[in-house]
Amino acid sequence: MAFTNEQLQRYSRHIILKEVGAKGQKKLLNAKVLIIGAGGLGAPAAMYLGAAGVGTIGIADADEVDLSNLQRQIIHSTPDVGKAKVQSAKETLNAMNPDVEVKTYRQFVAADNILELIRDYDFVLDATDNFPAKFLINDACVIAGKPFSHAGIIRFQGQLMTYVPGQGPCYRCVFKEPPPPEAVPTCKQAGVIGAMGGIIGSLQALEAVKYILGVGDLLTGSLLTFNALKMEFRKVRLPKWDGKCAVCGEHPSITAPVDYAQQACEGVNLGNNA
Amino acid sequence: MKLTVAGESKDFKDGLTVAELLVEQKVDTPQFVTVSVNDNFVDKENFDSTVLKEGDVVEFMFFMGGGA
Repeated sequence: MAFTNEQLQRYSRHIILKEVGAKGQKKLLNAKVLIIGAGGLGAPAAMYLGAAGVGTIGIADADEVDLSNLQRQIIHSTPDVGKAKVQSAKETLNAMNPDVEVKTYRQFVAADNILELIRDYDFVLDATDNFPAKFLINDACVIAGKPFSHAGIIRFQGQLMTYVPGQGPCYRCVFKEPPPPEAVPTCKQAGVIGAMGGIIGSLQALEAVKYILGVGDLLTGSLLTFNALKMEFRKVRLPKWDGKCAVCGEHPSITAPVDYAQQACEGVNLGNNA
Repeated sequence: MKLTVAGESKDFKDGLTVAELLVEQKVDTPQFVTVSVNDNFVDKENFDSTVLKEGDVVEFMFFMGGGA
C-alpha cells in the first residue's frame, strides 16, 4: 500500500520520527484498536488514535451524550446532547480523518459479549467508569491473550497500567476483586477535573501507539500515577508476576468472563464503609 | 528505622506493622488498598502480622474506578 500525497502530508510529523517512519505509519493504518467507553478517557484517546491514523477504531458504549459530559468528553459537542455517544464519537472521527474506519457498538460490555467484541482487535483500551467493567475487561483480555491499557481517574488523580500477555501482572494480580459498590467513590459522586481525562486518556492512546509500533517501554509491570494538585507523576513498580492470580495465575479459578455487577450487589458485607 | 514509603524515605518506630503504617499514613479505606513490601504483595489478612524492617520499600496501590 503506497501513501497518497494527502497521507504523506497528514502524517509527515510521524513519518519524520525515526521510531515511526513510513513503515510505522503503515502499521498504524493497518492496526485495530477497541476503545471501551466513549467518555472522559475514551474521548481524548479516540481522537488521538484517529488523528494518528489508526486504521480501525472500535468504540463501545451504550450511553447517550448528556450535558454534564461536555466538561471533559471533548469528542462530543453541545449539538450532540441526546445522541448516542458512539454515533457522536464516530462523526467527530470521520470529520477528523477519512483514513479511519470507525466501528460502533452501542452496548455495555458484559460476560456474554466481551470476548466476541475484543476478538478482532490488536489492542484494547479500558476507558470505562466502573469496577465490574474494569475486571471484566481484564479477565477477558487475559483469557483471550489480548494486550490492553487499564486506566482510572477521579478528582485530581489518575492512573494507568498496561497488560501484555506474559509480560508482568494483570489488573487482577494487583486488585484481586472489585470493591463493594459505594465503598470507593465514583466520578459522579466525587467529581473529576476535566483535563484529567485528557492526560490519562492520551497516555492510554500513546501506549496503544507504542505497542503497535513496537517501540519504547510500555507500562507493563508498573502503575503510573498522576496527582494534578501536586503536579506529580509517579511510576509505582508492581510486584513481579507470582502465578497466584485468579485469572492469569498458574491455576486460574476464573476461566470465563464474569459479570460482577450482580454478584457485588448481592450479600457483600460493606464493613466499615456501610 | 528507615522505610521507603511510596517513594519517600522516612523514619518510623521499630516493629511497625503494615496495618499500623496504613493508620500512620492516614490511608483512606485501608481495607481496599493493595500493599507491596520489597516487590511482594502482602495479603490483606496479613497486614496486622507483617512487621516492617529497616530498609523495607513499601508501595500502596489504590482503586481508581472513574473514567467517564
